[in-house]
Amino acid sequence: MKTICIYFQIHQPFRLKRYRFFNIGKDHYYYDDFSNEDILQQIAQKSFIPANRLLLDLINQYQGKFKVAFSISGVALEQLEVYAPEVIDGLRELSRTGHVEILGETYAHSLSSLVDPEEFAEQVKFHSNKIKLLFGQEPKTFRNTELIYSDEIGEMIYKLGFDKVLTEGAKHILGWKSPNYVYQSETQPNLKILMKNSKFSDDIAFRFSNYNWSEYPLTADKFVSWITNTPENENVINLFMNYETLGNIQAAYTGIFEFMKALPRFAIDKGIKFGTPADILGKYKPVGSITVPNPISWADEERDLSAWLGNSLQKGAFDTLYSIGERVRMSNNRRLKQDWNYLQTSDHFYYMSTKHFSDGAVHSQFSPYSTPYDAFNNYMNVLSDFIGRVKSEYPDSVDNEELNSLLITIQNQGLEIKKLQAELKSITDANAEKFIEKAKVNKKETVKQ
Amino acid sequence: MKALMFGWEFPPHILGGLGTASYGLTKGMAMQGDMEITFVIPKPWGDEDQSFLKIIGANSTPIVWHDVQWDAVKSRYEHYMNPKDYFDLRNHIYADFRYIHTNDIGCVEFSGRYPQNILEETNNYSIVAGVIARTYDFDIIHAHDWLTYPAGLHAKSITGKPLVIHVHATEFDRSGGKPNPTVYNIEKDGMDHCDHIVCVSNLTRRTVIENYNQPPEKVTTVHNAVDPLDPEIESIERLSGVAEKVVTFLGRITMQKGPEFFVDAATQVLKNTKHIRFVMAGSGDMMNQMIRLVADRGIADKFHFTGFLRGKQVYEMLKSSDVYVMPSVSEPFGISPLEAMQCGVPSIISYQSGCAEILENVIKTDYWDVEAMADAIYSICTYPTMSDYLKTEGKKEVDNIKWEDAGLKIRKIYDNLVH
Repeated sequence: MKTICIYFQIHQPFRLKRYRFFNIGKDHYYYDDFSNEDILQQIAQKSFIPANRLLLDLINQYQGKFKVAFSISGVALEQLEVYAPEVIDGLRELSRTGHVEILGETYAHSLSSLVDPEEFAEQVKFHSNKIKLLFGQEPKTFRNTELIYSDEIGEMIYKLGFDKVLTEGAKHILGWKSPNYVYQSETQPNLKILMKNSKFSDDIAFRFSNYNWSEYPLTADKFVSWITNTPENENVINLFMNYETLGNIQAAYTGIFEFMKALPRFAIDKGIKFGTPADILGKYKPVGSITVPNPISWADEERDLSAWLGNSLQKGAFDTLYSIGERVRMSNNRRLKQDWNYLQTSDHFYYMSTKHFSDGAVHSQFSPYSTPYDAFNNYMNVLSDFIGRVKSEYPDSVDNEELNSLLITIQNQGLEIKKLQAELKSITDANAEKFIEKAKVNKKETVKQ
Repeated sequence: MKALMFGWEFPPHILGGLGTASYGLTKGMAMQGDMEITFVIPKPWGDEDQSFLKIIGANSTPIVWHDVQWDAVKSRYEHYMNPKDYFDLRNHIYADFRYIHTNDIGCVEFSGRYPQNILEETNNYSIVAGVIARTYDFDIIHAHDWLTYPAGLHAKSITGKPLVIHVHATEFDRSGGKPNPTVYNIEKDGMDHCDHIVCVSNLTRRTVIENYNQPPEKVTTVHNAVDPLDPEIESIERLSGVAEKVVTFLGRITMQKGPEFFVDAATQVLKNTKHIRFVMAGSGDMMNQMIRLVADRGIADKFHFTGFLRGKQVYEMLKSSDVYVMPSVSEPFGISPLEAMQCGVPSIISYQSGCAEILENVIKTDYWDVEAMADAIYSICTYPTMSDYLKTEGKKEVDNIKWEDAGLKIRKIYDNLVH
């Protein structure tokens, strides 16, 4: 018996506006509202809204036999709330059916898992709270930004209370193994892992409308027959893709919606079930363990971090950003924290990629900049202004440790004052009593005289 | 005295220092009262200042005869040329040039820039020069930089008038000592067959004498000067919002300008200080390499790139700077430090720049002496006495460097050649 596990990712960054050197120190608003709104609304119209409707219909039609999962970044949720709230309503409706799981991730869709465990933990909690607030369910399964995963990250995730995680079925990690099973982490055996089936996922996400593909056109019938033809004991087929695949990456005219509509029918006919990651990982036992010494992701041919941290521009910007993380966390300034989140979004680093030759086309397609160098300059100007603001919060001359202890003192000063006041009061009270007694004695003495 | 000048750029549409120098020099010479200058450029835009000279567009000089109506020419060229000139020029077409691609009124279209087919453009330019030289009356020919040398030579061979060649830069400066042989030959040919050579600095003069084998008595140095600032530009306020001192590199980001030495100096300064920021303004073929270098050094949060700046933006940048640095590896003259000093910005320049020969109130280092450069940057940014001194004295000094004087020197050369 096979189970298909579908998960959709929803993410949109806050794109930066053209930020010149002269803006530094003067202009603290960094975002290109016009294009952010424009792009989000377009995607909502073309993809999210019709796709929400379709999935809701399917769930209702198959009475719980059809299930999907979503992972929605915090920054995307914020933009949806402002620019396309009807998408949130649609997702809530889906969530209420009880057959949709919402996964946990980093709020800012950030790469913090790689360098800043403290920041990572904070963002994951922040995201879980947001999901609980909006959808009334607590994320049980974790999906890191761009499916980035390593043993070390697995450990952090487990400590944050997740025992289920999704990642890429990278060939150099799996080797001869198949992604179509449940695995466990070698270093943390309690952490169960689902791995993306790249072949089947990309058949839908990238090759679906490719005329040059030998399997074009892809029909639900054919697709399901491929799944049934996988070895009999391979029990999980993980289809992980961007939600925009439905309607945006694969436009409506390619027939992608019809394909999705037909998929459960053919699958259920063949006895294939659908499940959410939590269902599957809760039910199946791991068949083996996986060890990932270096981080993997779902991007490009290499399935590594080179799309975000492949060249010196990206590394330079990334290191500068996280060098001030500790300071930002000490601050209570809400706008500062908000910008901190938006600036961490991995897309900013993706735009700086110089992998022009193999997958560069994919990179430049989504970039609002004409060159990676442009992207770098603009980001660094914004970051310079941001760093200036962070540093102006507290004097630069005090080092982080000292500052932290001072801040704790200041934070606790209310309690401290109350304590001291109580002490003072008890002393004055005691003294007052004595004084009164003394006065009485004095009085008596004067009366005697 | 009537001079026919061949140039390639003229403000406000300029791509480098050549246009600025052409403008300043002609304006300075026009002050002599009896100078009449006709200035040929490939492509006038119509907003050039023609109050002190006459501009002829090579792209509006016919080389193929077409029957054209007065009104048609008028409507097309009225904004910068008297239609009568067109018909005068048309009467002097001297050969059949129908094999050259021309437009509906028989003119060649020029880009007026530095395109890939630059050699073809210079060739067409010299054909056009033949028509112009036959049309107008003049005493002397003056050609600015190698692009116009063939045109100057052509005009000389037709009219027999003396030719002065003005060397604003040589191929040795532009290529870092590995000259393109075609360009070198054009330069050498022009120098060999002209009557006198004017260089913008002793540095260039030496190059001309040593690398182009010219007799020293034929070569004179006339240093460039700088035009007084417009009141409008004078009144620009500091724009940058950063609290730190701003150190600026402004120019084309190419090997000739030594941008990597600026980055090296910045790295050294930023290692030890917190009150300084660096800006590299301009664009060029080494820009991306510099961005990578800055990222590699980990100083990108304090080192900014602005991209290409035009017109007023240049002055906005200068007015927002506290130090100007020009670490050129080989700079024939370099007007931009003079402009920086006009804006009251202390400047650091390399000994390898021509302007170092005449400037006193600047800090000079060798372009490769990154430590000295870093030291100077730090001093100016840290000690107010130093920066105040350079600011006021530098401005005083540069205000006395006038194009009028340069113009007089050129005039002396003319007078010796015209009998």
